[in-house]
Amino acid sequence: MTNTASVILAVENVSMRFGGLVALDRVSLTVHEGEIFGIIGPNGAGKTTLFNVINGVYAPHEGRILFRGEDITGMPPFQASRRGIARTHQVVRPLGELTTKENAMVGACFGRENLSLEKSSIVADEILEFVGLAARQDMLAGKLNIAQKKRLEMARALAARPLLLLLDEVLAGLNPQEVAEMLTVIRKIRDQGVTIIMIEHLMHAVMNLSDRVFVLDYGAKIAEGAPQAVSSDPRVIEAYLGDPKMAQRLLEGSA
Amino acid sequence: MKNLLNPYLWIILLVVGGISVVPILTGDASMREDLFLILMLVVLASSVNIITGYTGYVSFGNIVFFGLGGYFAFYLMQNFETNFVLAALVGGVGASIVAVLIGIPVLRLRGAYFALATIGINEAMRTFVANFDPFGGSVGMFFNYSVYNAYGGAKNALWFAYDGIVVVALATIAASFLIKKSKFGLGLLAIREDQDAAKVLGIDPARAKVIAYTFSAFFPALAGALFFFKNGIIEPDVAFDLLRSIEALVMVMLGGYGTVVGPIVGATVYERITALLITAPSITVLGVSLGFSQLHLAIAGFLLLLIVLFVTAGFVGWLRQRFPRTRRYLE
Amino acid sequence: MNLAVLVSSSIDGLMLGFIYGLAAMGLTLIFGVMRVINLAHGAVITLGMFALYLFSVQLGLNPYLALVLTLFLGLAFGVVMYFISVHRVINAPELTTLLATFSVDLIIVGVGTAIFTTSPFSVNVDLGTYGSGEITVLGTKIVAVLAAILITVALYYFLYRTRIGKSIRAVANNRSAAELMGINTTAMLALSFGLGTMLAMISGGLIATLFTFTILTGDDYQTKSFVIVVIGGLGNPTGALVGGILLGLLEGIATLFMQPSWVPVIEYVAFVLILLLRPNGLFGARA
Ligand SMILES: Nc1ncnc2c1ncn2[C@@H]1O[C@H](COP(=O)(O)OP(=O)(O)OP(=O)(O)O)[C@@H](O)[C@H]1O
Ligand SMILES: [Mg+2]
Repeated sequence: MTNTASVILAVENVSMRFGGLVALDRVSLTVHEGEIFGIIGPNGAGKTTLFNVINGVYAPHEGRILFRGEDITGMPPFQASRRGIARTHQVVRPLGELTTKENAMVGACFGRENLSLEKSSIVADEILEFVGLAARQDMLAGKLNIAQKKRLEMARALAARPLLLLLDEVLAGLNPQEVAEMLTVIRKIRDQGVTIIMIEHLMHAVMNLSDRVFVLDYGAKIAEGAPQAVSSDPRVIEAYLGDPKMAQRLLEGSA
Repeated sequence: MKNLLNPYLWIILLVVGGISVVPILTGDASMREDLFLILMLVVLASSVNIITGYTGYVSFGNIVFFGLGGYFAFYLMQNFETNFVLAALVGGVGASIVAVLIGIPVLRLRGAYFALATIGINEAMRTFVANFDPFGGSVGMFFNYSVYNAYGGAKNALWFAYDGIVVVALATIAASFLIKKSKFGLGLLAIREDQDAAKVLGIDPARAKVIAYTFSAFFPALAGALFFFKNGIIEPDVAFDLLRSIEALVMVMLGGYGTVVGPIVGATVYERITALLITAPSITVLGVSLGFSQLHLAIAGFLLLLIVLFVTAGFVGWLRQRFPRTRRYLE
Repeated sequence: MNLAVLVSSSIDGLMLGFIYGLAAMGLTLIFGVMRVINLAHGAVITLGMFALYLFSVQLGLNPYLALVLTLFLGLAFGVVMYFISVHRVINAPELTTLLATFSVDLIIVGVGTAIFTTSPFSVNVDLGTYGSGEITVLGTKIVAVLAAILITVALYYFLYRTRIGKSIRAVANNRSAAELMGINTTAMLALSFGLGTMLAMISGGLIATLFTFTILTGDDYQTKSFVIVVIGGLGNPTGALVGGILLGLLEGIATLFMQPSWVPVIEYVAFVLILLLRPNGLFGARA
């Protein structure tokens, strides 16, 4: 690795088991400040579990998580949030009976900057504008459509003013138009200096956006590196062989 | 505290306070008794609304704090001639401490499990106190009339107790409003909607829930102290009456779950309806004479069923949904 | 301690335990299938008592024939109650279903009080006593226990051996998956509610053959059912039966060692502790 930027997140030898199932098998990775770090892998590979371990939803059975040099292994998620790790959920979790704006305010209030209600209201306005939900600010979050709910996930996470943003398949289920809009949003976030780890199945998106890509299969790392190199790695192609369409897209994505 | 200047808070307080002073000005004792009960129910309903309506934890046995506050204060007044205000505060703080101790383990339970546990706690307390001799066991405790001397005799003590419940009710309403409009309150609402998501967003649910539960305990304890001071007698079945506990939830539902005004409206309407039913004349159906006083439970149940099935959001919640503009004002 | 007293108290407790267990199975079956805690459970038990009273004392039927009628009445009542008070709110938050079933409780108790007041009623059934010396058992108790066992066996046969029973279990496991498999989930939910109610009512009927009762008696059994259901694990019928027997035994024996008024304290404290420490019941998987 020639990147000299400082390491923001280091995952060291992390394992996570559910009963007999090994969801993560001694996974290690480092993410540098300001980069977009893509994570890909077949369904059930352990990608979401990796996020859950990073932000403290689960405590790993072994290994350590270092965030900006501090050991945050096993810290509850709200501690991770206060330290500047925000995330979106693959399966959206709107606070249904609160308005869109209130949802964003929750993110701002309890995030890294621990803002007052007044200040978080300002931040929420800004962020909703940014993700394109300003017109929906008084709508109950439960009533938004799926694309809007995905944006809301994003808005809440951003409102926390995170240093590290974990995006779990924010493009899934969006139409091409919505995907394009979301990609613009993600680029803008990166331009603001936020480090991003994104899990994505949409190959062309990951391959185009990511500075580096990390491939998980059956809970273990099988490849890591520049998008070009990863997508031509025979082990990666093999991992996706069960899913020929995926393998095809993988190749196209890097083209 | 910018919210202290919120005009909407003052409108609610003025309305409730304005109605409450009428018997004080007119000296109408029967109106005083009605309003005492209504205000007490407002306290119970608004308090349980904090843990249940705001936070989403159905505290079925919340009456346990009413009973505890009543017993603590009664015990102090009876045995040490403690001044009422001090005794009530000790009752309130004592019940709050119990709430913290109970809350830490019990608030880890979710959904129906929590609801059941609160029933268990109330029943455990009720049956325990019935065996606890310092509190008079199953018979309970009675005041010596001399206790009332410090308040100008039994008759004046009733007015004193009324003043007390007015203050406690206004304080409960204010607290309930300020919590709802605060950052802490927003955290509670987030926990109600999705606790795990709230946790990821930076909220410490365990801490927030215990604090909310403590608020839900403190005010009912004060109300309990007042109620039993006024009655001059306290016994386990009255102090830890599960039915009253559930009725408080019914009032919350009736007026509007999670709103500030809902429990106030709900408590008032519920009390008026039951009072009406109890005093209504009896009717004869198929040769059986049915008193409304007996049927009042059934009618209350029928109304509750209608509300639960068709107006899930309660009266205030319905207004908010029907007229979204009112959302701004109707908290 | 007199051994005979101990034995006879244990037998008594054990026998009562079967009936407790039967009632609790009704509560836990409903919870297990649809995650609803039926707060009208106690009222339904009372309904069973008064149904037996009406059929046998007022209409002069044989009490055990009346019991069979009570059983069918319970099933029908439960199905009706499901459609009126539960179906519309089956997916709503707990508070809603708790209050919906509680409202039915208020209606039953309210109407019941208006008609029967709160004075005691009884159904006199005399089947003699059996045993010798200090250890004797009432015939009615033996019959009640046998009935409880018979109903439990029938219930298990139904749930595990019949198609409808299997459908009910599928709905309990995963309602949407069951729906996809073509099971009529609404019918299964209504039927389960009917079965749960039937169990509660029949246990009420059995209790009525043993003790006097008032319109409020069901409440005591409701709280006992809660305790039992938690001991056995919410949603676990076998656990409920075992829990019922345990509670019956405890009550039978405990009164020999302590004042009866302390027994409920122990029950409730145990109830809360089990919920906290073993939410899946004493016999369930660890939390
Ligand atoms: N809470 C849990 N309990 C039990 N098993 C779990 C749990 N969470 C995840 N798993 C299992 O761990 C494995 C990895 O799941 P994970 O959700 O991390 O996969 P993923 O890579 O995100 O998949 P997808 O692309 O479908 O989102 C799967 O086999 C899943 O079933
Ligand atoms: Mg995933």
